[in-house]
Amino acid sequence: MSIIEVKNLHFFYNKDEEILKGIDLIFDEKSTAIIGQNGAGKTTFVKLLKGLLKPTSGDIIIYGKNTKENTVANLARTIGLVFQNPNDQIFKNNVLSEVMFGALNIGMDEKDAKESSLNALRMVGLEGKINDNPYDLTLSERKLISIASIVAMNTKIIILDEPTIAQDYISKEKIKDIIFNLKSQGKLVITITHDMDFVAETFERTLVFCEGKVLLDGKTNEVFMQDEELKKAHLEPPYAAQLCRKMNSDKIYITVEEFVKANKR
Amino acid sequence: MDKIVVENLKYKYPLTDKLVLNDISFKIEKGQFIGIIGQNGAGKSTLCQAITGLVPLFFKGAYGGRVIVDGIEVAKSNISDIALKVGMVFQNPFTQITGSKLTVYEEVAFGLENIGLDREEMKNRIDEALNLLGIYKFKDRNPFDLSGGQMQRLAIAGIIAMRPDVIILDEPTSQLDPQGSEEVFKAVWDLKKCGITIIMVEHKMEKIAEYSDKVLLMHDGKVIDFDTPEKIFSRDDLMKYGVIEPAYTRICKAFDIKDNGLYPVTLDRACEMVVKYNEHNRS
Ligand SMILES: Nc1ncnc2c1ncn2[C@@H]1O[C@H](COP(=O)(O)OP(=O)(O)OP(=O)(O)O)[C@@H](O)[C@H]1O
Ligand SMILES: Nc1ncnc2c1ncn2[C@@H]1O[C@H](COP(=O)(O)OP(=O)(O)OP(=O)(O)O)[C@@H](O)[C@H]1O
Ligand SMILES: [Mg+2]
Ligand SMILES: [Mg+2]
Repeated sequence: MSIIEVKNLHFFYNKDEEILKGIDLIFDEKSTAIIGQNGAGKTTFVKLLKGLLKPTSGDIIIYGKNTKENTVANLARTIGLVFQNPNDQIFKNNVLSEVMFGALNIGMDEKDAKESSLNALRMVGLEGKINDNPYDLTLSERKLISIASIVAMNTKIIILDEPTIAQDYISKEKIKDIIFNLKSQGKLVITITHDMDFVAETFERTLVFCEGKVLLDGKTNEVFMQDEELKKAHLEPPYAAQLCRKMNSDKIYITVEEFVKANKR
Repeated sequence: MDKIVVENLKYKYPLTDKLVLNDISFKIEKGQFIGIIGQNGAGKSTLCQAITGLVPLFFKGAYGGRVIVDGIEVAKSNISDIALKVGMVFQNPFTQITGSKLTVYEEVAFGLENIGLDREEMKNRIDEALNLLGIYKFKDRNPFDLSGGQMQRLAIAGIIAMRPDVIILDEPTSQLDPQGSEEVFKAVWDLKKCGITIIMVEHKMEKIAEYSDKVLLMHDGKVIDFDTPEKIFSRDDLMKYGVIEPAYTRICKAFDIKDNGLYPVTLDRACEMVVKYNEHNRS
């Protein structure tokens, strides 16, 4: 069954500049990465999915509900979005109440919200900071808090807009585990990122956005074979694939792990 | 000549009791490109702020040791004087945008107005910086109506237009698309070739390895090592510091492919060595 259906979606902020120029997509349960150049319309697209913006024309259907006919509050029980800029999302002065806010807001009772929030904070590794003021925390920590807030809401669809900004290797691995974990609970995870290695290591399906259209859509390893299209979208293949190309090998591996496994004898 | 000297630098934020910078000493020569790496919370951004003088002139707290830029001790100078010499692109571009300017163009002009340039020179510099970062076409737009990556480009343009002697970039490409990120590294490399000293904090180890003259590895407020990328990424204890080698180095380590006793850190070097290794194994 399709979880999200996007039909001939068009959108502009100002009439003279169309941002999304006709997008047709179906999302099923596959974990999906959205990649593409700066300004391609990725953030705009996910704000539309979340119902924060409404299509100029075309439709978005989330579990059978048209976003045009449903309020943001109504959709919020189904779809959670971690904003690109954590400062747009954070406004409480204590980490635990910050993370609980969204869960309470969609009608979870106090006890469940607390349990769910503590669990989410554990997943991002910030259980030691529940009483801190989010404004005293570093950018990477604020980003993790905004991820925990959305995970705590336990929605069926979770969208992460550039979750790996400012994250070190260890935190990126944590975020990867969170995505695998959510997926194994049967949730749809959609992630925007500029980190190609992270995409190669994490997602089943990859969409390439280019100037308001979907340029490529397919299995992640197949998308990363299309060097010419990637270049058009201001992208590069993951590092392992770049090495394969440079070596002129006939096999292209998209992760270090695959490269090493295939070449070991 | 040493452009920047840091001697026994120690620092605690107000009302905290942790030494976020714990006895840091190193020297940077004019025109070097220095990469700073280390896990989240290692103290990288705080160290950058100590070089700009924001620590301790703006962020108070307990401070010891000295930071000297061009022979001037920053703690005894003032923020606006240091800003003429040292420009910094902050980790979060959203906080760098002043919020008081209506357009992208005025945002870049803002910094320049304070250094007394004539109008012609100012216009040239703004146009050049906006073009270099690929955002000239947005010059009349409100900065808050830019995408995340476009905003980050604006933050970099604002500093480049100022042409300071030292440019500090704190994860400047975290929101840029891969080609944009490569373009920024190339642009910064060009500045370095003109004698500008560059300090860059990055988690993209492949880029740090390719562009840095030396890499400063930090952990828990201390300097663990300060050396060439090859030496730093050949260490076998990087995991302990929450740092991972460039993908190319990880591959070479897996096959124990060394180049003069050290592991390759760039695409070109790794390619050459892996090809050689394969040929050797085949024969
Ligand atoms: N509020 C706004 N008003 C007018 N134009 C806007 C507004 N927000 C975004 N834009 C423009 O719409 C285009 C798409 O922006 P969007 O934020 O969706 O891009 P993106 O693909 O997420 O880019 P990035 O990778 O930089 O985050 C950009 O050219 C941007 O300048
Ligand atoms: N304004 C502040 N007040 C109190 N503590 C702070 C403040 N800013 C940072 N810290 C603390 O100082 C330590 C070092 O932070 P810093 O931001 O310098 O680390 P970093 O290496 O830049 O990390 P990241 O990779 O997450 O950007 C952290 O433990 C952080 O929580
Ligand atoms: Mg975006
Ligand atoms: Mg930092």
